[in-house]
Amino acid sequence: MSNTDIEIVVEDPTAPEANSPQVVSVRVVDVVVSLLLLALAITLGLDNWRAGAGWESTGPQPGYFPFYLSIILGGASLYGLVAAFLSRTEATETFVTRAQLRRVMAVFVPTVLFCLATQFLGLYVASFLLISGFMRLVGKIALWKSLLTAFIFTAAMFVTFDVAFDVIMPKGPLEAALGR
Amino acid sequence: MEAIGLLMHGFAVLLTWKTLLLMMTGLVLGIFVGVLPGLGGPNGVAILLPLTFTMDPTSAIVMLSCIYWGALFGGAITSILFNIPGEAWSVATTFDGYPMAQQGRAAEALTAAFTSSFIGSLVAVMLITFLAPMISSFALKFGPPEFFAVYLLTFCSFVGLGREAKHKTVISMSLGLLLAGIGMDTVSGQLRMTFGSAELLRGVNFLVAVIGLFGISEILLTMEERLALRGHAAGISLRVVLSVWKDLPKYWVTLFRSSFIGCWLGITPGGAIAASFMGYNLAKRFSKDQDSFGKGRIEGVFAPETAAHASGTAALLPMLALGIPGSGTAAILLGGLMVWGLNPGPLLFVEHKDFVWGLIASMYLGNVVGLVLVLTTVPIFASILRVPFAAVAPMIVVSCAIGAFAIQNAMFDIWLMLGFGVVGYVFKKIGIPLAPFTLALVLGNRAEDAFRLSMIGSGGDLKVFWSNGLVGSITTLAIVLLFWPVIDRAFSGVSRMLRPAKA
Repeated sequence: MSNTDIEIVVEDPTAPEANSPQVVSVRVVDVVVSLLLLALAITLGLDNWRAGAGWESTGPQPGYFPFYLSIILGGASLYGLVAAFLSRTEATETFVTRAQLRRVMAVFVPTVLFCLATQFLGLYVASFLLISGFMRLVGKIALWKSLLTAFIFTAAMFVTFDVAFDVIMPKGPLEAALGR
Repeated sequence: MEAIGLLMHGFAVLLTWKTLLLMMTGLVLGIFVGVLPGLGGPNGVAILLPLTFTMDPTSAIVMLSCIYWGALFGGAITSILFNIPGEAWSVATTFDGYPMAQQGRAAEALTAAFTSSFIGSLVAVMLITFLAPMISSFALKFGPPEFFAVYLLTFCSFVGLGREAKHKTVISMSLGLLLAGIGMDTVSGQLRMTFGSAELLRGVNFLVAVIGLFGISEILLTMEERLALRGHAAGISLRVVLSVWKDLPKYWVTLFRSSFIGCWLGITPGGAIAASFMGYNLAKRFSKDQDSFGKGRIEGVFAPETAAHASGTAALLPMLALGIPGSGTAAILLGGLMVWGLNPGPLLFVEHKDFVWGLIASMYLGNVVGLVLVLTTVPIFASILRVPFAAVAPMIVVSCAIGAFAIQNAMFDIWLMLGFGVVGYVFKKIGIPLAPFTLALVLGNRAEDAFRLSMIGSGGDLKVFWSNGLVGSITTLAIVLLFWPVIDRAFSGVSRMLRPAKA
């Protein structure tokens, strides 16, 4: 077509550098996850043993099915633990580089703060703060654009859920002051 | 044919302005999530699910399935124009689609992709129309042992046929089944694995887990990558569309082969990804001119797209007929059915005729509307990519939180979602597949009930799973599939030993 030469170009100025040092290898994470899963399997297994993992006159006791599942989970994690220790390829693979981790944290930390804010300020205020703050601080987008986008999105969500569909979200002092 | 009459009834249910409007909205939202990097079919459906909570089930499923079709269409746009597969199943489309765009044939490639997606889905929907009622009426005779055997078959085929390390699939699945068991035991009323926590009493909600696993974790993963992109813009003119359609009959073998592969792989839990690669590879192998593949051959777009869509659609067949989803997205739709108070399984065809046939009719209609929509609006959607990710990411986070909260009105679920987001991120990076987890979580309770009921019926004798020809062959097949890699190796070992003797 005639207009295929028009290219769409999007830049990513804060992209993680390719040569950033590794923080942790895949093997270490694999071992840690296997250990955690093993611990979980043992905890759940014991709890189900307590709930009764045997048989009674009416059939299997409540813990029967999950008890054997915990054994399967435990066995598979144990196998995974050994496999991760023996694996040579995993030791050299990078789980995450420092630059990548910084970017992941740049979105994860605000998400945690957002959840906290939702608990105390209500979802709509928290979402306005998250969107405007993230766009401004992480995305380096102009302040007025960030505030406007955040306001429009939050208002649209409020109208869609609260007004049109009656899906009630956590609310805080602001909504109370406005009488909603 | 009874099916055709019911299908017509389904169309009648759908042809209201309200439904058509919902359909368009769903498709647009779907294409939107399909085009955006880091969001795809399962994420899109999971995030937008809460929008449908207050609708009646038929409107809700129409909208959700349209989001799904839209996401399938949308994946092709970024693969062809930007060489970035929006979805894993679009990877094979980039092999020939992007070279075509570079040669200035982007419009042709897009038309080919959309048209073949349409054909693939259409074949699969026709299969569903005629096969699903038959399977479900057959399955009405199933008792608990048969159902447990079918669940077992689903789980075993994931372990045996999956590409991931076997122990990781087993971990993912047993973890899902365990989490499904948290909360009150449905048979005895006793509490299990709650450790005295009142929040855990409700159990771990499937949709909360899915929103965390697919929504939040996907954002974290996307942030790791370089988000810069360059691509071609394209508009599609009617002339190009017609010229591609005129050539379609030439490729009927490829289209037919890919549709078949897609339907087959979609029904067995293997997924659209395998289907798209297989469709591409077979088209290449059977071609007279193999070297031209990968350099912008239109057949290289037809083959994977047809297969991916056929399998994405066919994955809904076992979900409708048996209540067993064939893919991650189908599992989420199944979770939706339960929220709307429908009990998935063979009885659906008897008790909720309007719903089932409305859904099937919406598959036909959604694909036609979707085809027209994408062909006319490609330039708009391609420019969505100009929106910076820093603006999209927080909006997705907010949508996820709304979704997680709305399911049970519990703040605890938002934290749970966050936890699952981290779990999903780590699991994806160390190669623990998420699809078996999703499936296990949604099927867990029913699998356990089926198991316990059959055990109660037989007095604790495991032989009940071989008590008649039907249940026996399903159980045996499940065990064969579980050990398939071992059996496969043994067979090839034996044939290798025999071959020198023959020669």
